[in-house]
Amino acid sequence: MPSLPPIRPEDVATAEKIRPDGAFDAPSDAHDPVRAGYLLRLGDDSLILGQRLSEWCGHAPSVEVDLSLANMALDLIGQATLLLGEAGDADSLAFKRDVLDFRNCWLVEQPNGDFARTMVRQLLFSTWQHMLYQRLTGSRDEALAGIAAKAVKEVAYHRELAAEWVIRLGDGTEESRERTLDGLGWCWRFVPELFEVDDEVEQAVAAGIAADPREFEAEYRAEIARVLGEAGLPVPNDQRPILGGRRGHHSEHLGHLLAIMQYLPRTYPDAKW
Amino acid sequence: MYTTELSKQPNVQSIEDPERLAAFEARVAADEFIEPKDWMPEAYRRTLTRQISQHAHSEIVGMLPEGNWITRAPSLRRKAILLAKVQDEAGHGLYLYCAAETLGTSREEMIEALHSGKAKYSTIFNYPTLTWADIPAIGWLVDGAAIMNQVPLQRTSYGPYARAMVRVCKEESFHQRQGYEAMTSLANGTPEQKRMAQDAFNRWWWPSLMMFGPPDENSPNTAQSLRWRIKRETNDELRQKFVDITVPQAEYLGLTVPDPDLKWNEAKGGYDFGAIDWDEFYAVVRGEGPVARERMTARREAWESNAWVREAAAAHEAKRRQRAAA
Amino acid sequence: MSDWPLWEVFVRSKGGLAHRHFGSVHAPDAAMALRHARDTYTRRMEGVSLWVVRSADIVASDPDEAGQLFEPAADKVYRHPTFYDIPDEVKHI
Ligand SMILES: [Fe+2]
Ligand SMILES: [Fe+2]
Ligand SMILES: [Fe+2]
Repeated sequence: MPSLPPIRPEDVATAEKIRPDGAFDAPSDAHDPVRAGYLLRLGDDSLILGQRLSEWCGHAPSVEVDLSLANMALDLIGQATLLLGEAGDADSLAFKRDVLDFRNCWLVEQPNGDFARTMVRQLLFSTWQHMLYQRLTGSRDEALAGIAAKAVKEVAYHRELAAEWVIRLGDGTEESRERTLDGLGWCWRFVPELFEVDDEVEQAVAAGIAADPREFEAEYRAEIARVLGEAGLPVPNDQRPILGGRRGHHSEHLGHLLAIMQYLPRTYPDAKW
Repeated sequence: MYTTELSKQPNVQSIEDPERLAAFEARVAADEFIEPKDWMPEAYRRTLTRQISQHAHSEIVGMLPEGNWITRAPSLRRKAILLAKVQDEAGHGLYLYCAAETLGTSREEMIEALHSGKAKYSTIFNYPTLTWADIPAIGWLVDGAAIMNQVPLQRTSYGPYARAMVRVCKEESFHQRQGYEAMTSLANGTPEQKRMAQDAFNRWWWPSLMMFGPPDENSPNTAQSLRWRIKRETNDELRQKFVDITVPQAEYLGLTVPDPDLKWNEAKGGYDFGAIDWDEFYAVVRGEGPVARERMTARREAWESNAWVREAAAAHEAKRRQRAAA
Repeated sequence: MSDWPLWEVFVRSKGGLAHRHFGSVHAPDAAMALRHARDTYTRRMEGVSLWVVRSADIVASDPDEAGQLFEPAADKVYRHPTFYDIPDEVKHI
């Protein structure tokens, strides 16, 4: 874990701005609720998607694809470990919170479905994550900037791999096209949430910690349209946005995912593994 | 193990050009490597294809019992380790299928032989992983036994197989260590964790010993396989070595070896151990292991329900070529 | 057809070294073959560059002709530096 950066006057000013009570705390400290909240969003996205992808292990369309999916899952679990570790104790955050405290978006908690839906989900998420992390490498928060600098390369690969798969499946057989359209239909509702800016994000952006996703929404939509175009697929019509994940209001799927993921630490709360 | 336990087909000596056969035997005896396009006796090709593909199947089916715990690993660190480990096994399966393919059988044919029940895989993977402690137990015991068998195979006579085994052995080096480390946490843990650890040890100990295959006197091909350098030590030699190394490791953890007849034999400088239940072993070889059906169903489902993905990618490539040609 | 064609994978372990044959992968096309090669053979930082080539496109010499191909080189000892006697006092040759 990177050590705390030196305290600069502008940090103190920021810290005071975010904490109107004037309580002094190191600006990059985990106790900063805006910072911690933002790290949780990022960390939970990676954790939950990593967990989902790891469900494929041993069941993929070919041995090679099994290796690819596991690589992505490992990258994501690694990111989650770093991000949650900055927000607090990574393991207790991962294994001891309930749904209302998880801050991930709806998209990543969606069940894998078939390989087409998994790849569409990956394309929609990784493209967004890549554009976001590119910006986060310039975060005022040195720890986050460092994590983003490492992760941005991983995510660039995920994004390209997912795009290549969506193109092959969209422009493959009649069956694969149908399945990809289904996956797209399933996932499209959750795209607006990626660009939602609530008070928490607003504050984190103001503090120089976060990037404003609205800055790259047009770029994102153009890129997705380009990939879908190459896949011979229409860009879906916008549906009513499904929101809430960032405030702990999730789909029904997350509870089941957590029940599985958290079962051991919850059953044996005193055990060390 | 994955490779030796099931070689029970009778010694087939097909009719070959005696001169070429003699030259081949001389090369192998001189520890030369045989390469894919070299002349080789049909029986060598057949035996190797069976051995390597069996080994590959074992790696792939072996992903399932451990894969069963990836989503439930108790910490982020253990989750990443387990996923990386199971992913390695996929890689091993891949290297080995490729090595076997150089002998002229396609991977698809091998996979179909597995799914039809014609091809075998290691018996050990037909037991369930019941608790988390099974994960450390498998890493420690099953990978430990596998390493013991695989290290000598790095010098096996068939070049592609030997090279695959070099890569496999390099990657295996963390598998057993992570298992033992995780077992240590359990053995030093809460009473529930200790109970889990001992229970897993009790269930995996005997199947691990069976991984080395039937006793030498019931292993008809051993002599020929040793001569051909596709096996480098006998089943019983390897089994004894495994027991001698593993028992002190179990004692260090405070685990009891589930064998009342186990005792140190000063004269031979090794342990004497109780009789192995070979009826159990052969029942599992016949496909009667407790979760044999689950394993084959999972593999068939992965292959068949995703056939459309493989077809789609191939169709896309065909279209792309057509467009490029137009 | 239900499995993809086979590709041979060559990896440059680090700058300055030649690509070396590492193994094979199945893949539907060249771009995917590179991805599969990366995901299979460079998980432990084994490489900095990859080549893939369809196995069917490799042209190999015939081992039965190894005698005529390679043995004639065996007696060309004059190609090796140790064939020549140079007095010890003479340096830098
Ligand atoms: Fe392995
Ligand atoms: Fe292993
Ligand atoms: Fe193995």
